[in-house]
Amino acid sequence: MTSPLEQKKIRIAGPSVVTANRTWDGLVIYRTARGEWSATLSEAAIVRTSEEARALLAESVADDLGAVGAYIAPVEIKESGRIKPGNLREHIRFRGVTIELPVPA
Amino acid sequence: MYAYDQLDRALINERVDEFRDQVKRRLSGELTEDEFKMLRLQNGVYLQLHAYMFRVAIPYGTLSSRQLRRLAHVARRYDRGYGHFTTRQNIQFNWIKLAELPDALADLAEVGIHAMQTSGNNTRNVTSDQWAGVAPGEVEDPRIWSELLRQYTTLHPEFSFLPRKFKFAITASAHDRAAIKIHDIGLRLHKNAEGETGFEVLVGGGLGRTPFIAKTIKSFVHGHDLLSYVEAILRVYNQYGRRDNIYKARMKILVHELGIEKFAQEVEEEWQQMRGNSLTLDDGIIEEIRSRFTYPAYEKLPHMPDELKKAAHDAHFERWRKNSVALHKVQGYAIVTLSLKPVGGPPGDATADQMDAIADLADKYSFGEIRVGHEQNLALPHVARRDLPALWKALDKLGLATPNVNLVSDIIACPGLDYCSLANARSIPIAQELTRRFANHDIASLIGRLHINISGCINACGHHHVGHIGILGVEKNGEEFYQITIGGRADENAELGNLIGPAVPYAEVADVVEDIVEAYLALRVRPDELFVETVKRLGVEPFRERVYATR
Amino acid sequence: MPLVKNGKITDDVFAVVADDAEIPEDGALIISAARFLENPEVLSRRVGRTGVIWPNNRDLDDLVPYLDRLALVALVFPTFRDGRAYSQARLLRERYGYHGEMRATGQVLRDQFLFMTRAGFDAFEVKKPADAEAFAGTVQRYSVFYQPTGDGRLTALHRRMLSRHSERANQ
Repeated sequence: MTSPLEQKKIRIAGPSVVTANRTWDGLVIYRTARGEWSATLSEAAIVRTSEEARALLAESVADDLGAVGAYIAPVEIKESGRIKPGNLREHIRFRGVTIELPVPA
Repeated sequence: MYAYDQLDRALINERVDEFRDQVKRRLSGELTEDEFKMLRLQNGVYLQLHAYMFRVAIPYGTLSSRQLRRLAHVARRYDRGYGHFTTRQNIQFNWIKLAELPDALADLAEVGIHAMQTSGNNTRNVTSDQWAGVAPGEVEDPRIWSELLRQYTTLHPEFSFLPRKFKFAITASAHDRAAIKIHDIGLRLHKNAEGETGFEVLVGGGLGRTPFIAKTIKSFVHGHDLLSYVEAILRVYNQYGRRDNIYKARMKILVHELGIEKFAQEVEEEWQQMRGNSLTLDDGIIEEIRSRFTYPAYEKLPHMPDELKKAAHDAHFERWRKNSVALHKVQGYAIVTLSLKPVGGPPGDATADQMDAIADLADKYSFGEIRVGHEQNLALPHVARRDLPALWKALDKLGLATPNVNLVSDIIACPGLDYCSLANARSIPIAQELTRRFANHDIASLIGRLHINISGCINACGHHHVGHIGILGVEKNGEEFYQITIGGRADENAELGNLIGPAVPYAEVADVVEDIVEAYLALRVRPDELFVETVKRLGVEPFRERVYATR
Repeated sequence: MPLVKNGKITDDVFAVVADDAEIPEDGALIISAARFLENPEVLSRRVGRTGVIWPNNRDLDDLVPYLDRLALVALVFPTFRDGRAYSQARLLRERYGYHGEMRATGQVLRDQFLFMTRAGFDAFEVKKPADAEAFAGTVQRYSVFYQPTGDGRLTALHRRMLSRHSERANQ
């Protein structure tokens, strides 16, 4: 997790979203274009320039009550328009652990 | 077992109330996350990839059956039905909701369990030998001193905002099962010429980015002076430990930068000014704590009961007995290790159902007591040897009788990138694959004692530096790679492992470990030369050649 | 920023003197450590009461000779995560016998009040008004203390020993 201050310097290399964890229960969430949070990646606002990314992050970080640890995360956009997490870490956050849980959900 | 009195109970209930108030203030917006973060960390609450993680202390690794059942209850009621035992005698729950945490803590407090200082820049859970009080040859039960230290370090008004986290470990046996040399303060209990109890004090051990083996600062500190000496160390660290760089803030860096002599001198000067103050533990106080540890009423039992003679014909039982059963200080009894490392399973995890069943078995066979070790296994510390066959059958049904204790598949691993927000690479799937590769018990026995430790990042929660084979996950261009070290060890002869060569990709780790093990089997001079001994004798080179010749 | 003293929100009678301002002979003033050490003999003998604000990375040795002439020592918490001033506070109270006002300044928040009180602070420049109002309740949250400090509270160990003795006496 990168601190918001350091993220000011960050430039994005491709399509990205802002993600965080919901404060009261820790659920993985994504910032939507309507200025809300959603647990569904497909509802996330996609940013394509560093400027857009910083603006979305600033707005997300401002919601200190609703979300914890907001940061910019890369995504991949398929030809079909489907959004996929852009790296293994984000894939694991979105899909869950890569192993079988000791107790099946 | 140590029995909480009304004072101990009052304090943890007051702590629960305080945390409930802190959570309430956070959820109402009165506290920002920046302010709350330190407060939640001081009570074991991290934010991980998927959710909050909740770390609960099991001081010096001792649990009652009632406490274990309550941990099962927390897993079931507030989490997803399982928990993860860590390398520091804690249990972690991975999916806890912040809003429900105060209730979970209140449930735990009813049985004398807390999460105070299981994270944050303060004195952490005091760990000890999981065989404390039952190991043959032990000088005396170190848990009395562990409990004194637990109380002394709990909510300390001067040392709750140290430069960085601070860990104690204590042992009273010649063979160190508590890894004291990789702790900020390691204590080895021994007696002086007058027969008085005291401690060799070691300081400045720790793993992480800059690993160090602890050095002896004083070879004998009288038990009466333990707390004042510890306070002198903590005060020197609190004032002079670095706060400008998180990676240089642990006490090991201060000890290293000052040198052990200069550091020892600073501590000595401070100690001389406070020695004999109100921290002095007189015999009455020590006896008071000792009197609240209860010991089982052992029976007079034979070393070789009929039940054991009969079961000796069962090869499966014998295999388990030879691997997982250790000598007890009382004749007719045994210490039984419960492997939490089934083939293909995540190291150190136990389901709520398993925890309940273990609690029942502890009541039936171990005077209601369970132990937790830093190797992420559990133990039943007082099993009558005549009950071993029946216990084995029950454990086997529960998947807790894998006869791999201290063998190559008894892997220590952190949660890694599957759970942890700090991780760079996964640990658990690597461990799972290795346990499958070495699932054959005969081969694992032939290899002998071999500890594999896996960490998913440089913070080294899997203690990879001190694994006989250490595996460290790193990230290279978005891919998971692993650095392999060999020759580390965490016991009384603690050493840091040496890198064998460039990092290898995820898919090749198990092959590389197999190559290393094969090289060892070819290189050892006799079957009982342990892997670490062969590495010590020959160095890294022959292993490097074997691994990289074809890669 | 409210000042809590003796458990209550109080007016601050001390004024902080800027390093380049002239120091008057009377009036209750807080002077920086650097300024104070330029002329400690004179400054500690002012007619008005004198306080010094002491940084948390400066050894106390330079301050100790003047302690009995100071009305106030302010210690600093640059962030609430930096706990050096807890050690300074205990040393001033318990080792050097300082009896004057000891004030916590900087990032002073509710959840540190009790630790600070136990370390010897008796005045608090509190960052948030709501925290200042909650002071009295907050420092009474705990009834059990495991460590002896200069605040004189009995530790759990000593309470146990006392109850043992009284049990024995009643037998």
